[in-house]
Amino acid sequence: MSLNLEQVFRAARLARLAISDAEAERTAAQLNNIFALIEQMQAVDTTGVEPMSHAVDLAQRLRPDAVTEADRRADFQAIAPETEAGLYLVPKVIE
Amino acid sequence: MINLSLSELGAALAAGQISSVELTQLFLDRCARENPRLNAFICLDQARALDAARAADAARAAGRAGPLTGIPLAHKDIFCARGWRTTCASRMLENFVSPYDAHVVGLLQDAGMVLVGKTNMDEFAMGSSNETSYFGPVKNPWDHTMVPGGSSGGSAAAIAARLVPAATGTDTGGSIRQPAALCGLSGLKPTYGVCSRYGMIAFASSLDQAGPMAKSAEDCALMLNAMAGFDARDSTSLDRPAENYTRLLGEPLAGLRIGLPREYFAAGLDAGVHAVVDAALDQFRKLGAVTVDISLPNSGLSVPAYYVIAPAEASSNLSRFDGVRYGHRAADYSDLADMYCRSRAEGFGAEVKRRILIGTYVLSHGYYDAYYLQAQKIRRLIARDFQAAFEHCDLIMGPTAPDVAFPLGAKSADPVQMYLNDIYTIAANLAGLPGMSIPCGFARGLPVGLQLVGAWFDEARMLGAAHQYQLNTDWHRAMPAGL
Repeated sequence: MSLNLEQVFRAARLARLAISDAEAERTAAQLNNIFALIEQMQAVDTTGVEPMSHAVDLAQRLRPDAVTEADRRADFQAIAPETEAGLYLVPKVIE
Repeated sequence: MINLSLSELGAALAAGQISSVELTQLFLDRCARENPRLNAFICLDQARALDAARAADAARAAGRAGPLTGIPLAHKDIFCARGWRTTCASRMLENFVSPYDAHVVGLLQDAGMVLVGKTNMDEFAMGSSNETSYFGPVKNPWDHTMVPGGSSGGSAAAIAARLVPAATGTDTGGSIRQPAALCGLSGLKPTYGVCSRYGMIAFASSLDQAGPMAKSAEDCALMLNAMAGFDARDSTSLDRPAENYTRLLGEPLAGLRIGLPREYFAAGLDAGVHAVVDAALDQFRKLGAVTVDISLPNSGLSVPAYYVIAPAEASSNLSRFDGVRYGHRAADYSDLADMYCRSRAEGFGAEVKRRILIGTYVLSHGYYDAYYLQAQKIRRLIARDFQAAFEHCDLIMGPTAPDVAFPLGAKSADPVQMYLNDIYTIAANLAGLPGMSIPCGFARGLPVGLQLVGAWFDEARMLGAAHQYQLNTDWHRAMPAGL
């Protein structure tokens, strides 16, 4: 298995990471080395083995749908890149 | 004073031989002197530390002191602490001042411990050498040309240089145990779910676990007593009765069955490390334990499976860093998508980006079954290996890392070589088991770690065995020259 440049650009696009051509080429080479290690998994027959998605098999705990937090909007927005009138500002998305 | 255990420090404080303010000042002075050379801390706060120390002295005077009250502490900079800059060693969070406390931070504060600073680490805990930090590498106090291990390398270096008596760490694939081994310390990763992950910046949520790092097993037990416990704010926190993790420290080793996985003593293990670990096992046998040969046949697959599962979870967890609500935002961008892409490209370092790309790729359409599901199935096989092994033994022991600390820069250009450092530690994370590393000697002048892996929730027995070993050996008291 080997990743081509196209696949690296696609993953970067999905992950919202800007990547230059030179960086993509370097990355492809490194990812291919890493995938050579990962490929060892393919030799194992795992037919009938239940995937283990978590360290402990537990059911999702539920809680009442109640407000438990105090309003700390000012604290949280104090660390935001850009806010106005209690809102987070981002570039315009709808004309 | 700087080499005393937590219980000895607690006794000195209780007897009035020293105040918390004096003790904290002593360690702060050491930090100020040594940190410029070691780079173990991202942030130190003398004024806040002394305020906390005064509060601890006042609590003691009012008769409200516990075993850890007034003892200085450092947190790995992955733990949010209210009002403290919490960077995760990333440019992405360079200016992030946390508006809240992690659960573990709150518990140790309630226990009266005095926070002096936040320690350096691999960026977002992704690394085994502390070289991926945006704030520069940490030096190993035993040899400044060597790495301290990672990702909790700053915590390890700070304790090894006796800049603090104890610190927190986190362990996703060995990030407490491997730096503990490389710096000659004791460090424990609890069973998954024992310590709350609330406020601990997420890397791979099904593997991440907080734990104590200190000089001895007894110190780790005292710390864990304060750190463990149910927290409703972490959906995977386990609701179990409180445990006293010191309760088996006095238990003799006679009859303890120690499993030695033959895969952990095979090719790839440095001969010097092998000899030191063998000598430690002899000591355990001398103290009455018996060793049994066991096999963990799928352990060789733990690194490949981990480098699918951990990046997959990381790619999802790190999608929250978008430059909108907090964290780095690029200065120039054309539209919203461009703002995301540039902010993330500027905010994350090379190793973090690599893992986000691996994770995105293995979760993408057409590859999910071949990589992600296959890795989860192998994870099950690895957990079953341990289950079978624990029918023949009480604890598993072996080397923590395949070699002693390596030179700065030696492996940073080759991710695969770096990943193989965690070949003996990753399996415990995949299975959710408790593990620890304790110092057991030196090879080529550098510390060697003995790894202990316990059955699920068997921390107390593991700590007991480690403590019995430390009662009969002095490796945990060894300090780098010149301190």
